[in-house]
Amino acid sequence: MMQGPLPLEIQIPSDVGYIEDVVAQVVRRCEAASFPDHHLAFHIPIALTEALSNAILRGNAEDITKSVRLRATVDTHALVVEVEDDGLGFDLEACTQDPTTLENIGREDGRGLFLMRRLMDDVEQFRARGNVVRMTLRRRSDDRAA
Amino acid sequence: MSFSVKKANDVTIFEVEGTLIVGNRQELKQKVLEEIESGARKVLVDFEKTTYIDSSGLGVLVSLAKKIRESGGDLRLANLNDDLQTLFELTKLDTLFQISESRSRALESF
Repeated sequence: MMQGPLPLEIQIPSDVGYIEDVVAQVVRRCEAASFPDHHLAFHIPIALTEALSNAILRGNAEDITKSVRLRATVDTHALVVEVEDDGLGFDLEACTQDPTTLENIGREDGRGLFLMRRLMDDVEQFRARGNVVRMTLRRRSDDRAA
Repeated sequence: MSFSVKKANDVTIFEVEGTLIVGNRQELKQKVLEEIESGARKVLVDFEKTTYIDSSGLGVLVSLAKKIRESGGDLRLANLNDDLQTLFELTKLDTLFQISESRSRALESF
């Protein structure tokens, strides 16, 4: 398995059918870097699925002429993954709801950003060529020793 | 994701294999709705073979639970692994659903 310093770069059309394969590729990179099982099976797949689906459904409004670009850098200390769409961006703080409140718990939507922020150490949003969401997941020292 | 549908007395059981996420959630929703249309009222979703669920998958479960309740029925869940259990606890959906540690316990609970 390759675990070089080169980042993983993937571009996909705005179609949610591509998400699972992209997630699997990032997980494989992290597996090669010996990330712990709970990161591989839980934190990374869910947070990355949320970021990609937000980019496809909201950022690009499922316009298949627009693409979503992913860049993942993996080393033994952390995963840094950026997901870029062609949308106008959003206010991360304003858009993050607490889905656990009495008024929100019965809602069908509104859990995506909440999960990204709970499952990753950092989530940032900024403008570059397009709208970028950058998520960072750090290894704990006891994970690295395992 | 693939799923299968089984019956145990008057309980309709959906086994979800793989992921339940934005790209496939409608398949499960459609099939459960068809079963409700056909008269199913006690519905169990078994996650023994499920890898992960995203917010869209959770949303479908919330939506189905409402529809089944409106039809006078009940949706229950079983066999969440540790990660899925954590997901339900993080979102407090463990307070919205009745979750059993095994299928047999879930069937007894109806």
